[in-house]
Amino acid sequence: MALKAQLSMVINLDKCIGCHTCSITCKNTWTNREGTEYMWWNNVETKPGIGYPKRWEDQNKYRGGWKLENGQLKLRLGGKLFEYINIFHNPYLPTIDDYYEPWDYDYENLFKAKESKFQPVARPKSAITGEYMDKIQWGPNWEDDLAGSPEYMLKDPNIDSELEKEITLEFEKTFFYYLPRLCNHCLNAACMAACPSGAIYKREEDGIVLVDQEVCRGWRFCISSCPYKKVYFNWHTQKAEKCIFCYPRIEAGLPTVCSETCVGRIRYIGVIFYDIDKVKEAASEPDEAKLVEAQLKLFYDPNDEATVKEAEKAGIRYDWIEAAKRSPTYKLIKEFGVALPLHPEYRTLPMVWYVPPLSPILQTMTKHGYSEYEIFPAIDEMRIPIKYLAKMFAGGNEQLVRNILKKLLVMRMYMRAKQLGREDKFNQNLLKEVGLTPQMVEEMYRLLAVAKYNERFVIPTTTKEKYENVYREQGLTGYDYIPPCDFCNPQQG
Amino acid sequence: MLAYVSKLDFLLWVALPYAVITIFILGHIYRYLTDGFSWTSKSSELLEKNMLRIGSMAFHYGILMVLIGHFIGLIIPKSWHEAFGLNDHLYHLIAVVGGLLSGLFALFGLIVLTYRRFSVKRVLAASSLGDKVVLGVLLLVVILGLLATLSNIGGQFDYRTTIAPWLRGILTLRPDPTLMQDVPVLFKLHILAVMLLLAIWPFTRLVHVLSVPIAFIWRTPIIFRQRCPERD
Ligand code: HEM
Ligand code: SF4
Ligand code: SF4
Repeated sequence: MALKAQLSMVINLDKCIGCHTCSITCKNTWTNREGTEYMWWNNVETKPGIGYPKRWEDQNKYRGGWKLENGQLKLRLGGKLFEYINIFHNPYLPTIDDYYEPWDYDYENLFKAKESKFQPVARPKSAITGEYMDKIQWGPNWEDDLAGSPEYMLKDPNIDSELEKEITLEFEKTFFYYLPRLCNHCLNAACMAACPSGAIYKREEDGIVLVDQEVCRGWRFCISSCPYKKVYFNWHTQKAEKCIFCYPRIEAGLPTVCSETCVGRIRYIGVIFYDIDKVKEAASEPDEAKLVEAQLKLFYDPNDEATVKEAEKAGIRYDWIEAAKRSPTYKLIKEFGVALPLHPEYRTLPMVWYVPPLSPILQTMTKHGYSEYEIFPAIDEMRIPIKYLAKMFAGGNEQLVRNILKKLLVMRMYMRAKQLGREDKFNQNLLKEVGLTPQMVEEMYRLLAVAKYNERFVIPTTTKEKYENVYREQGLTGYDYIPPCDFCNPQQG
Repeated sequence: MLAYVSKLDFLLWVALPYAVITIFILGHIYRYLTDGFSWTSKSSELLEKNMLRIGSMAFHYGILMVLIGHFIGLIIPKSWHEAFGLNDHLYHLIAVVGGLLSGLFALFGLIVLTYRRFSVKRVLAASSLGDKVVLGVLLLVVILGLLATLSNIGGQFDYRTTIAPWLRGILTLRPDPTLMQDVPVLFKLHILAVMLLLAIWPFTRLVHVLSVPIAFIWRTPIIFRQRCPERD
């Protein structure tokens, strides 16, 4: 056993209002440079929907993630031989049109246009070629809030022909929810495995996955291999870039920009201890429906003495252990068990997890005329949303989704009864059925509903005193001059 | 031993090659140390991938075969060929047929790539001067090489007794410009074009050739890196 610390995020989909604040603040911070205009390290999609890039979940087209071949874990993209043969042209690389051609508007014209009969307009201009674009055919969030449905919605790769029929029939009662997506800083990252130059690495201390810009040679296989399409190709620097989990902020104990600015306060960041020796085994679980369970087994209880000993043995620092004990993500993922990873069947063991949304279910049920107290047994009747959610978050395991939705409902009912002073009327068996205690429910409620900044984000700072001469470097570290590290010896392999 | 060498011959076949080799080596080192960030294959596939597929595949496979051919013909001495039972006639047949085929392959790819670079607006917009110059110089090298081969289909001229020992002499620091005196002009022009290519090489996208990912063969899929080793 070898414990490692990993920063993880949980996103509560039930409360995402789809405002895109996270995407905008992220873009303003990191991807407002030439070559990155089309990149959204964090984006929010309406589901069901095509997504960004278009149909990113269609792995027959993009070949992202891992697959099992005779029990062996293999990149779906192909082996090393495949990469050597196809290095001159990667057949599965998305092109800019799979995302969208970035543009700006010719605002100058509004000021400079000569007097004329017609009002001047700001025409769209391609950010790549600088030429006017006559008609914009696709852009970020083109299908936001199901715009263009059912045409676009039914192109969602999670909707197969069977589900499509049901959804089309039920279209009037349709459901949708928002899915904020960023790099998952996976434990078994496929982007990393596919990089021929070894430029992508995981940070030993916090598990953040980064592309070393000095080592990247632009072989562009990482872009295909990430099943979430969260590595992007900068067409200006001609190197790969991705979400950096705002590591300069994280090192200072601050949450990522997307989390900090989230209007719904739906994001949580915390430390999770996992066993690196068992990662491969977990990712090789033959049954897709059991992958979530396999990944959960990797996570160790930070409040258990044995785990703390192992963590100390692994050289994990005291403040990290303390942070892990208070980790909101560990609680949501493992203790309460109300979060799920996005597309576990890609086998990258992602570390951004999601509390699945109740709202589509509540909405549909109310339409069917159930009252809130009858909702519980009725969950099972909501076939379409559950099946759909199970496809996205559980490798098709509908039971997992159902259990979580039940937990969330029981929490609502319990808290409602409590707040109305009707605890006696609450059926305690419901708690037992979902495996929660009253204390757990209350803690869970606090975390999901009212948790303050320092409960949602428990991030240990990085201490640099030991390997940096902070005194010498004061005033030197800034945007244009970052002194090289004298004694860095990045080890690879 | 000391035959008469004209100043021009000395310049072209001794001074120039060493100057080019120096630029090639120091240029790479300089660029690597000062600007590792710009060291990339400069892929433009994100912007256009259909023509790239034909052009890049044909060019790279062609040029790599050409390079192997050059290695066999120029670096491995003629005596070794003979030791392997490769007589003049047989060698020439293989070299001309193989060389022409792979050369034409590379040329075809280059033409597609050049057309693509100048006709696809997105690719053109993302091109540096170096990207365009490289294609031009490569075209020059490949066309001159093909012309030289075509001019010598009969095999009257044996470069394995002239150009090859000259090149090995340069590489082993025993330069002998007299070997180049009677070389046909097309071959000379081809060699000069190659020297031009090598001289601009370190300052263009061609640095990607030195980065062929070899360590990938044995590398583990997951890589961990420490920020920095701790100081006491
Ligand atoms: C085996 C080693 C090589 C590898 C792995 C390699 C790989 C690549 C890659 C990945 C690209 C980018 C293609 C894209 O746009 O996506 C490229 C482009 C290019 N390579 Fe190579 N290459 C190799 C050898 C060579 C050699 C020997 C030459 C020439 C002497 C060469 C000349 C070029 C040129 C000119 C381009 C630009 C093509 C364009 O205009 O788009 N490469 N190479
Ligand atoms: S989600 Fe992030 S870590 Fe995982 S494969 Fe994609 S880029 Fe790599
Ligand atoms: S800022 Fe928060 S609520 Fe708004 S879209 Fe992003 S994740 Fe959802």
